[in-house]
Amino acid sequence: MASLAAPAAIEGQYLDFRSPLRWRRGRKAKRPRSIIPGFGLTMGFTLAWLSLIVLIPLSLIFLRSAGMGWEAFAQVAFSPRAIAAYRISFGTALAAALVNGVFGLIIAWVFTRYTFPGRRMFDALIDLPFALPTAVAGIALTAIYANNGWLGQYLEPLGITAAYNPIGITIALIFIGLPFIVRSVEPVLIDLNVEVEEAALSLGAQPWQVFAHVIFPAIMPALLTGFALALARGVGEYGSVIFIAGNMPFESEIAPLLIVTQLEQYNYDGATAIALVMLAISFAMLLFINVVQAWSRHRTGA
Amino acid sequence: MVSLRTFAFASVAALGLSLAACSGASSQTDGGTVELLNVSYDPTRELYEEINPLFAAKWKEETGQNVKINMSHGGAGKQARAVIDGLDADVVTLALAYDIDEIAAQTDALSKDWQSRLPNNSSPYTSTIVFLVREGNPKDIRDWDDLVKPGVQVITPNPKTSGGARWNFLAAWAFAKQRYGRDAQAQEFVTRLFRNVPVLDSGARGSTTTFSERGIGDVLLAWENEAFLAQKELGEDKFDIVVPSISILAEPPVTVLDGNAARHGTTELAKAYLEFLYTPEAQDVIGRNFYRPTAEAVKAKYARQFPQVNLVTIDGEFGGWQAAQQRFFNDGGVFDRIFEQRR
Repeated sequence: MASLAAPAAIEGQYLDFRSPLRWRRGRKAKRPRSIIPGFGLTMGFTLAWLSLIVLIPLSLIFLRSAGMGWEAFAQVAFSPRAIAAYRISFGTALAAALVNGVFGLIIAWVFTRYTFPGRRMFDALIDLPFALPTAVAGIALTAIYANNGWLGQYLEPLGITAAYNPIGITIALIFIGLPFIVRSVEPVLIDLNVEVEEAALSLGAQPWQVFAHVIFPAIMPALLTGFALALARGVGEYGSVIFIAGNMPFESEIAPLLIVTQLEQYNYDGATAIALVMLAISFAMLLFINVVQAWSRHRTGA
Repeated sequence: MVSLRTFAFASVAALGLSLAACSGASSQTDGGTVELLNVSYDPTRELYEEINPLFAAKWKEETGQNVKINMSHGGAGKQARAVIDGLDADVVTLALAYDIDEIAAQTDALSKDWQSRLPNNSSPYTSTIVFLVREGNPKDIRDWDDLVKPGVQVITPNPKTSGGARWNFLAAWAFAKQRYGRDAQAQEFVTRLFRNVPVLDSGARGSTTTFSERGIGDVLLAWENEAFLAQKELGEDKFDIVVPSISILAEPPVTVLDGNAARHGTTELAKAYLEFLYTPEAQDVIGRNFYRPTAEAVKAKYARQFPQVNLVTIDGEFGGWQAAQQRFFNDGGVFDRIFEQRR
């Protein structure tokens, strides 16, 4: 996690990525020769492993849907119902990631800046959404937020139905996504020099100015990483959402459920068609976030 | 970084180990014990838990061979897909003929005429669709046409993902067709019915939970055996069963996957296992587990438990599962159109 969270801190090591050719000419090269040996071996492992775990399964999706022809592909992947499902999936994942961005940041702040009894225990609790089987989470959340649940019964008189609609989906995704933000931001906050903040204060900055101009730019890349991870996870989440969503077509039906629906009809091609669209949108979003991240890092000179 | 590298090596080692484990596993016969894999759907868990030891005892008595029956349960469609994708089942006992038809179509494990090989369309037990309502039936729900009244909330799973829900849908359709006569009116009826559905769970057990635990809805459309089970497990004073004037005869079929069984050398065993389901002994267990027995003698014993219902059949009313699936549940079918109209 640490390496994901603070790319800036370990950037020095990225300098090691050179072609073997340049490796041989190491002495003449401008940049100093890496002091860590074994680049060839580890890079080989990296490529083999990535291919086995990520690239081959993903390319199967492309191959499968490539065989079905554009018309059949569009009919499944861009039906009104599928488009409604994409909107719900990406919309709720975005909303959940935004909520998590705010509250996850506050939680990370509290855990790194203050000491209080039970802090370590609360800190460990953050990881539970990782460990819990998602179906268990879904059932528990539904039990709490349904109209006869612990919290749902107080929300209902206020006119808020918190389960079996997009709000319910968002709640499940907030639960699932929280650790990504907290765990991404925490190490950066720990590394942040308190002296810099004190210097800013002594130079007459208001506390909000310290946050906006000193702290926030420093944690921005990590926050974006966490945001991207939470978003990506939320888009693909099935197990917990399915129990709280209500699953009504056009209203609360998520795209992964449509994939399962296609499989239920033994329509493997249709399932991969929807998967491909989700993959493309997700990839574009992650790429965009990475670009923003690189830009913000460049701008703040971190 | 060090921990990451350790992790990478650990992962490689783990992969190596798991590959080794895979290649070493799965031999069907082992020291006088024969294994049989029965791939079934969700609600039969309790049923086969009771039947399997009875059969094992009988087989041991007749042949001296120990038999171990492994069960795999899950949504019927999911289970069929697992078999198509290579799950090495000897027999399948699923919720719909359609799912086994798909196995026959997509693999060469069994012939397409599988359903005529055993009595009653290869269904040793049957069931039907009934209503589960809250104690005292506060909304006074007696028949299908009560379900489309304004203010009545109906809970059913999604027919696109649940075999049970397809039976629900077809039963409602059959009622409307008989009551109003024309297809257009039947479609109008089921459209109104689904307008009263607030939650579409993906499976039958999910809907039962929504209705009984979450307290949502006035009536649950359920398998008869699930309704009895819910009453037994959750309390007779909480729910009543209402039997509609017309329903559908659900025939969950069973069959041997010849190709797989031949490869395992379990053909005789698999056949005997399924034939055992038709014996009075097994039929009695079937009745006790709230499935409708098919053997005449046992039927009489459980007659009081199962009310007489006017049952239509999938073959008679809808021309078989292939046709019904195509017309109602595949993409662009009647069910999809209902929701497109609703928008």
